[in-house]
Amino acid sequence: MSTVLVFLEAKSGVPTRISLEAFAAAAQLAASSGAQLAAAMVGSASGPGFALLGGASQIFALEHLLLEHYTADGYTAAYAQLIARVQPDYVLFPHTYEVRDFAPRLATRLGRVLISDVTGFQASAGQILFMRQLFQGKLNGHYHAASPAPCLISVQAGAFRADAPAATSVPAATFAPELEASAIRTQPGEPFRAAAQTVDLASAPLLVSVGRGIKDEANIPLVQELATALGAELAASRPICDAGWLPMERQVGSSGQTVAPKLYLAVGISGAIQHLVGMKGSQCVVAINKDENAPIFEIADYGIVGDLFEVVPALTAAVRKAKG
Amino acid sequence: MKIIVAIKQVPERDARIRIDSAGKWIALEDIEFRMNESDAYALEEALLLREAHGGEVVVLSAGPERVGQTIREALAKGADRGIHIVSDALSGYDALGVASLMAAAIRDEAADLILTGLQSDDLGLGQTGVILAELLGICHASLILKIEKSDSGIRVLRELEDGWFQHIDMSTPALLTIQSGNTKLRYATLMGIKKAKTKDLRVVEAAALGVSATPCVLLDSVALPSRQKTTQMLTGTPAEAAAKLVEKLQQEVRVL
Ligand SMILES: Cc1cc2nc3c(=O)[nH]c(=O)nc-3n(C[C@H](O)[C@H](O)[C@H](O)COP(=O)(O)OP(=O)(O)OC[C@H]3O[C@@H](n4cnc5c(N)ncnc54)[C@H](O)[C@@H]3O)c2cc1C
Ligand SMILES: Cc1cc2nc3c(=O)[nH]c(=O)nc-3n(C[C@H](O)[C@H](O)[C@H](O)COP(=O)(O)OP(=O)(O)OC[C@H]3O[C@@H](n4cnc5c(N)ncnc54)[C@H](O)[C@@H]3O)c2cc1C
Repeated sequence: MSTVLVFLEAKSGVPTRISLEAFAAAAQLAASSGAQLAAAMVGSASGPGFALLGGASQIFALEHLLLEHYTADGYTAAYAQLIARVQPDYVLFPHTYEVRDFAPRLATRLGRVLISDVTGFQASAGQILFMRQLFQGKLNGHYHAASPAPCLISVQAGAFRADAPAATSVPAATFAPELEASAIRTQPGEPFRAAAQTVDLASAPLLVSVGRGIKDEANIPLVQELATALGAELAASRPICDAGWLPMERQVGSSGQTVAPKLYLAVGISGAIQHLVGMKGSQCVVAINKDENAPIFEIADYGIVGDLFEVVPALTAAVRKAKG
Repeated sequence: MKIIVAIKQVPERDARIRIDSAGKWIALEDIEFRMNESDAYALEEALLLREAHGGEVVVLSAGPERVGQTIREALAKGADRGIHIVSDALSGYDALGVASLMAAAIRDEAADLILTGLQSDDLGLGQTGVILAELLGICHASLILKIEKSDSGIRVLRELEDGWFQHIDMSTPALLTIQSGNTKLRYATLMGIKKAKTKDLRVVEAAALGVSATPCVLLDSVALPSRQKTTQMLTGTPAEAAAKLVEKLQQEVRVL
């Protein structure tokens, strides 16, 4: 019987949310191709995370001193050995910063190419088509694997719904890869955070968020006035913070804050996935953008297609008037 | 230090995207091209390292003849020389194929450091650099913001999720994929543009590199995304659209 093997990441011993989404994607893929589901995670087989993988008929706990801290060399070697043992048809990963880092290397070692950041799949004429976004979400592409098994896939955060964890029905087996300390060529340091936060965007009920459409630092007051009129905090997309026009603590997205306000008003933001993951839990999304095909409109409740330099001042005036 | 920077030429960010008649790719006729954003940051890091420690910066790009312009732009900004892998048929290669072409073209250069962008703005696989590292048998780190020389090699600053960072110490030769945004990009000076014309540009035919173009993964078709939510578009003059939105914010979203 063929196998779909999914790799999970754990934090404090428990699979992360995106890992459980990848697990759900793997379960769907296994069901649609009549395969069995196998899951693997770094850690000790007796750890609590391994008890929540109901549905998997094989579970592997990858255990080795050299896997305690993530390194591309260590993970690539360990996973290559497990893949050689399991001989899966499909290998799934959550599309995380770690997976971005080592999975292309692993695929290359197997003579394959990872189909990265997949948002969905469908069976079509005896093969499986995988969807992923191109041009930062402005286009979708359908891919299929043209090489023999295994086919490697990483899935985008939020693309699959994680099921409620169910109790595991088979015991996790320890898989101890053969690793040499000398083969690990990088020495990772302890993770750290940048400067302390002084604004708490996550608790702000209203956010006005500004993107590269604002063009110049000198135009920031335009959106600041709108935020003030609404009683909202000001947030931004990454390029605005990279440029130093607003401090990094106001950045929303995968490398910034995750927010879920009552109102998220996106001004001149295109809606790249790394931005969307930080704000798509908002109750109401309003987008102002001059491009009617901007991906932000795909998740907006209300949209205004137009030049922000005309729309924003008009909106500020209308809000002031409404507030009296 | 000898540093190679891989640069991809991609459609301009605000380019209007239309699907070609075969439904397999975008129509390229009216498109303007530019240097991929994260590659521009990779080039900047390389130039800063050379300014601090000496050495040579070589830019590498695969693509059709028009890619030569982007290489010249990098030379104008200060790169010392260029390598152009010429091919009109890169759509027949997957990321492993393109990385194999690059590996074949630079293996003999024996660079200390290879920098690529994190991810291209068009196909966006975010893999070519890491694949190239594996093909060349050298170590790598991805999502890098800063590079410093250390006693044993280099120390790099890596971005992690949710605003976290990490330093990584590594030996050279190494490959790093560079994240956008950490420094200010320089502009090419008039002098730089003039000098670029005389700088060495090695042109290699892809077909001469002995790389098979049999892809492992195929892009079958492309399509414009469909809306997940039903967005209510508020139309009219700016003042009219603004008034409609305020009404929605008062009566439906209830935040005013
Ligand atoms: C690993 C990684 C992590 C990342 N993390 C983050 C993150 O945490 N947060 C984040 O935001 N990004 C992040 N990014 C970057 C992300 O991919 C996008 O590049 C970024 O979000 C784009 O920002 P933007 O929408 O402001 O700019 P652009 O994509 O350039 O969009 C500008 C928009 O403004 C519109 N516009 C232009 N002029 C006008 C006008 N006059 N009136 C109205 N509209 C106008 C345009 O139509 C366009 O849609 C990350 C990327 C990577 C690879
Ligand atoms: C329809 C179609 C069209 C294609 N068009 C192109 C094309 O125009 N150009 C092309 O190169 N390939 C093209 N390909 C081939 C191939 O699939 C990928 O473009 C290539 O493998 C790079 O993947 P990516 O764009 O996702 O880059 P990523 O893996 O996201 O790129 C990461 C980094 O690798 C480096 N890099 C990537 N490609 C190049 C390059 N060509 N030269 C120098 N450095 C590079 C850059 O530093 C870049 O930032 C096409 C494929 C298809 C199916």
